[in-house]
Amino acid sequence: MRWFEKQKNILDFTLSALWRRKGKNITLVSVYAFVVFLVASVVFLTGAVKGEAERVLVEAPDMMVQRLVAGRHDYIPLSYMKTIGDIRGVQNVKSRLWGYYFDQTNSANYTLMVNDELDIQPGSILIGSGVARNLLVKETGSLPFRTYDGSYVFMKIERVLDEALDLVAADLILLNGGDFRRIFLTPEGQATDLVLKVKNPREMPTIARKIVALLPDTRPILREEILRTYDAVFEWRGGLSILVLSGAFLAFLILAWDKATGLSAEERREIGILKGIGWETSDILQLKFWEGVAVSFTAFLAGLLLAYVHVFFTPAVLFEPAIKGWSVLYPRFQLTPHLSVYHVSTLFFLTVVPYTVSTILPSWRAASIDPDIVMRA
Amino acid sequence: MRKCNVFLVCMVIALMGVVLMVVHSSVLKASEKVRRDARGDWVAKLGLSDLCLFTDARYTRHPVMADVHTPFQDYPLAFEHFPSGSIIGVPPHLRGERSW
Repeated sequence: MRWFEKQKNILDFTLSALWRRKGKNITLVSVYAFVVFLVASVVFLTGAVKGEAERVLVEAPDMMVQRLVAGRHDYIPLSYMKTIGDIRGVQNVKSRLWGYYFDQTNSANYTLMVNDELDIQPGSILIGSGVARNLLVKETGSLPFRTYDGSYVFMKIERVLDEALDLVAADLILLNGGDFRRIFLTPEGQATDLVLKVKNPREMPTIARKIVALLPDTRPILREEILRTYDAVFEWRGGLSILVLSGAFLAFLILAWDKATGLSAEERREIGILKGIGWETSDILQLKFWEGVAVSFTAFLAGLLLAYVHVFFTPAVLFEPAIKGWSVLYPRFQLTPHLSVYHVSTLFFLTVVPYTVSTILPSWRAASIDPDIVMRA
Repeated sequence: MRKCNVFLVCMVIALMGVVLMVVHSSVLKASEKVRRDARGDWVAKLGLSDLCLFTDARYTRHPVMADVHTPFQDYPLAFEHFPSGSIIGVPPHLRGERSW
């Protein structure tokens, strides 16, 4: 109890000392909190996107097979389906027809895709809510497409997909196979790529190797690789994230370095006076410990909470211009938080601990020398 | 009220904020399950391979399906034509890290 009272008294003194230099310390806490806010926002955002990819793309096809011509994708002949289907372990092979369409009226890119299961009538389309939001011809209920022979076809909008599907289907336009071939002049007997269902997932690497051996111009992509892609592309220690984070950490490093390289003359005099009136070196270290904790912990908690609100309530409004880029269609998605102890503890140990330690070290040097020398210096 | 008590009360409130953050994330995760399952169903039904995050370039709309020779997509810090290409890294299977 006595120890607790002593700590409270030291904390009282620390807060008074910080308050005496309130201009400097409020600025310090604000900048510090902003650094934590930036880092935490990136970590929360990338974690949420990765989490969403892990949960949703687990339903993706077991394997996709593309055909490459001169290093680029090309249509794949439907005759390849027979060759692949004959490989032991392949349950079924389906062809996919999909492609990109640039709409000149609103400068948006759409992904056009054929789905036979949905039984879409010729001349009709199902559109993602992102497409619907940007349509200029919404009221007419039809969308013009310029085909690859220069003519125009008008497709009737049958249904707009639910906004909850934005994260996977904001820019999708689903249509009939005949209409797709008419727009893109895709030859009969060709598809964009093939998707496979495999009986035993452990056999997928073997099947992929067999496909490449039988059809050397193809490239299989396994579901595991889809998941690894999102794991890697939204890795918070890679890509642009590392640029944002390195800027923040450099700012923090300067802050900590400034603290660690020495105390101001006023702070030294304060330590000298405290020692002169009977404070022990250990008391001064405790004082500086509480000072470090008060600044860094306040900034950490403020930055962490603000980052959470920023990413999951606003959603990530500060990053929106960077994420949106040149996209005209931008999915409106509510990210689901994917908090982990690892992320929060990493942030804590990267921000609070170094600052607190760098506050104590120079104080220990000043507190361990004669108070008379410190005060005269 | 003593300064230390004010500070400690503020810290307790902020820590409660962190606890609320964790609770909120779990509640949201549970309530989002229906919408997430719907997204999963459509991914299965349409055979989708990618999330619709960026629609400006084809290699950022479908990073999984991108080919190695897409312009500017050389390494994460390369000069990029599309801003979204700077945000995401290169898929591992395009760097030759295949799982088979």
